[in-house]
Amino acid sequence: MDLSIAALLAQDGITNGAIYALLALALVMVFAVTRVILVPSGELLTIGALTLAAFDQGHVPGTVRLVAGAAVLAGVIEAVRRARRGEGRRALAGAALWAGIPLALAALAAWMGPRKLPLAAEVAMALALTGALGPLTWKIVFEPIADASVLVLLIVAVAVHFVLTGLALYFFGAEGSRTPPFSSASFDIGALRVSVQSLLVLATSALAIAALALFFGRTLYGKALHATSVNRLGARLCGISPDFAGALSFALAAVLCAFCGVLIGPITTLYYDSGFIISLKGFVGAIIGGLASYPLAAAGSLFVGLIEAFSSFWASAYKEVIVFTLIIPVLLWRSLVTHHHEEDE
Amino acid sequence: MRSGAGLGRLCSTPAIIAFIAIAMALLPLIAPPFWVTLANYIGLYTIVALGLVLLTGVAGQTSFGQAAFVGLGAYTSAWLSTAHGVSPWIALAAGLALTFVVALALGFITLRMRGHFLPLATIAWGLSIFFLFGNLEFLGGHTGMAGIPALSIGTIELKDERRMCWLIWLVVVAALWTMHNVLDSRQGRAIRALKGRLEMAEAFGVDGARLKIVVFVYAALLACISGWLYAHLQRFVNPTPFGINQGIEYLFMAVVGGAGSVLGALVGATIITLLKQYLQDALPALLGTSGNFEIVVFGLIVIVLLQRTRDGLWPWIDRLLPHAKPPPVPDAAPLAARVQPAAASTLLEVRAARKAFGGLVAVNDLTFALACGEIVGLIGPNGAGKTTTFALLSGALAPTSGDVRFRGHSIAGAAPYRIAARGIGRTFQHVKLVPRMSVLDNVALGAHLRGRAGFLRAALRLDRREEARVRAEAARALARCGLAEFVHAEAQNLALGQQRIVEIARALAADPVLLLLDEPAAGLRFHEKEALAALLRSLRAGGMTVLLVEHDMAFVMGLADRLIVMDFGEKLAEGVPAAIQSDPAVLEAYLGGAPT
Repeated sequence: MDLSIAALLAQDGITNGAIYALLALALVMVFAVTRVILVPSGELLTIGALTLAAFDQGHVPGTVRLVAGAAVLAGVIEAVRRARRGEGRRALAGAALWAGIPLALAALAAWMGPRKLPLAAEVAMALALTGALGPLTWKIVFEPIADASVLVLLIVAVAVHFVLTGLALYFFGAEGSRTPPFSSASFDIGALRVSVQSLLVLATSALAIAALALFFGRTLYGKALHATSVNRLGARLCGISPDFAGALSFALAAVLCAFCGVLIGPITTLYYDSGFIISLKGFVGAIIGGLASYPLAAAGSLFVGLIEAFSSFWASAYKEVIVFTLIIPVLLWRSLVTHHHEEDE
Repeated sequence: MRSGAGLGRLCSTPAIIAFIAIAMALLPLIAPPFWVTLANYIGLYTIVALGLVLLTGVAGQTSFGQAAFVGLGAYTSAWLSTAHGVSPWIALAAGLALTFVVALALGFITLRMRGHFLPLATIAWGLSIFFLFGNLEFLGGHTGMAGIPALSIGTIELKDERRMCWLIWLVVVAALWTMHNVLDSRQGRAIRALKGRLEMAEAFGVDGARLKIVVFVYAALLACISGWLYAHLQRFVNPTPFGINQGIEYLFMAVVGGAGSVLGALVGATIITLLKQYLQDALPALLGTSGNFEIVVFGLIVIVLLQRTRDGLWPWIDRLLPHAKPPPVPDAAPLAARVQPAAASTLLEVRAARKAFGGLVAVNDLTFALACGEIVGLIGPNGAGKTTTFALLSGALAPTSGDVRFRGHSIAGAAPYRIAARGIGRTFQHVKLVPRMSVLDNVALGAHLRGRAGFLRAALRLDRREEARVRAEAARALARCGLAEFVHAEAQNLALGQQRIVEIARALAADPVLLLLDEPAAGLRFHEKEALAALLRSLRAGGMTVLLVEHDMAFVMGLADRLIVMDFGEKLAEGVPAAIQSDPAVLEAYLGGAPT
């Protein structure tokens, strides 16, 4: 291997690593607030990318029907729940809110579908539409069992992953798609050709990481969200609504995942089921950060991306073996430097 | 009344396992081949899910990699018996040995730490092994290996599925029975305490890290046996059934069935297998084949199921069944008791012990000694460092500097389970009982170090005599503390004050020389406090030494022989209660000045 190939692989690895880092952030955030390990993050990623691909081809994306269906379901659930508590008036308002906003988004997306608006508008719509799936999933699936054990939440998250994979196949079909890049320009530094797209990926990832670290570390609201995960009852007594916190973190995470899809779409062809293995790599990064630290999770993800790039050059058949086996020594190292509190059932 | 009790016994776990054994012995004789095939798969899955019940449901460690261990068993036997003509039975031994080594290594790396490392390591391991199977030429790559010989026992070849069904279900029944026995034993109590109560278990002599590894290896070996059976049932292997998706599915089975109970594994494996089978047949006919609807419906059913019954299906079924009232605990010979050291000799010496958390010195060069057979109260305002001192004595924390000597040996920084073995028993400021275990079992956990029975003896029910003595000992400790009527109650159903007393009974069951009590009187009513004081006096009369942290001054003044007062991590005063009550430094710390 000469230097130029190494540099090329490094660029590849860092670009992919930055995307894993974003996914890792979404996972850390959702876990920190709700204790849910967001297994379906991979599906949200693919749905985000495939939605943009559909806009790009001038179709109405299947996401419109998916969001509309979920919105109606969430509205009904909210209405029934509030009516049972005897909040007759607010039942209607709640239902209207939960069903209304996503339905309005879906309608707008349906109108946009065949019109070929500028790329930025299409990206924004893809993010908003996929983002809506986050709180809807929270409302329908996780809110009723928000205080269950981490294991039960994990199994349910896997079940959601199955459901979304199956639905993605139905709504988007089995064929893969690529999305248009933000920029196809590139420039040379010495022997290395640097693509503007990779730089954009890096810059946006770094920006998102910094913003999240600031939000959770420095703002009162971010701290409130974090408090919810530590003690739901305590947070409620302090005037923080755990349900709202859950919905908000799912919304942020879904937008982040969809954004990953938009970033990775021009680099790799995505199929309806490509998301899972991508999200696993993000998960690895998140775990390296102990599911708690944003900067460490980001560093871990970059590490995963680099290992992946270099091992695909040396032994491409064993790429995944190498990526996932090398994690074990990292875990050993992490085990020696982290302290954990015992978690009650 | 009698028939009710009889019915209850018929619904006990061993009776249900016996019923399954009979039913599965008959099934291959009468059922059509399709049902036999299904039963075979349910059996194979049950074996794996059972390992997960122990590992995940009971011990609280999540593994996604069980399918990879199944693959290890299947591939080892497939390769050895086809490429080398080795007998499948020897190949089974080889597979078990290989699994043992891998599981031990993985467990050693990940289980000594807490948190989310095991799930990740098992995902990594599960994915790696799947891609490895698919890429190794000599294992047939992605196409797999065919022509695996059938098993034979003596001259009987197990070629047809009916005969395999008998073998598989023999293994299932044996695995269910031995697992039920293990959970109902000395080791079982310790395993049940691993989930969220590790600190407590270690304070009673359980080596938590080692036990977690044992449990992980045990679950892996069960998976390996299932894989071996699979290879010789199918007579063909390829990587697909050993991937991460199948690993997740095993976890589904355990959780949906009820990860906390042995029969949950069977229920989960049955429900998930039948459900998938049914959906695969029914849905394409109903909805067409344009999508993968079975996975959607399957996922939705699991979501709704867990929204309705979080603990899984078996506990829900179990509540509907009649249960026999547990009989009173039969008396048995007492366990060997420690000889209490001679009264008034020095038992414990704390020499300039210091504990610093970064810049905060919680315990600052503390020095004191305890003599055998005295009750000493450790008092002081909140944040004085009393609980930290306890943690230094019991091994929950290691001192930054200084020494702690117990009966002439240094115990500073020793692991809690080693300190427990030397004869220090303790209670916790925040009650740490295993909430879903009976009060009796919680107390019997205290006697962990007074028994010897290991996994094998427990699995084969050879531990019953020792177990009877442990249980009788626990029942006596409870009776002594006045809780005899709650022996069979679930610990979580007791009032907080009673739970505190259960903690004391558990410490007594350990037959300690030194008893450390962290705020035993908190939350007790007046009469309960009087009873507790009487109990502690009678323990002192028997030669036991007691050190207690307490905020209830009336209680501690009337009880203790001596008091040690701490403030800001330092010893402020030491002496008999009357002297302490008029000590100006103490009054300053508590009241802000002596009364004038």
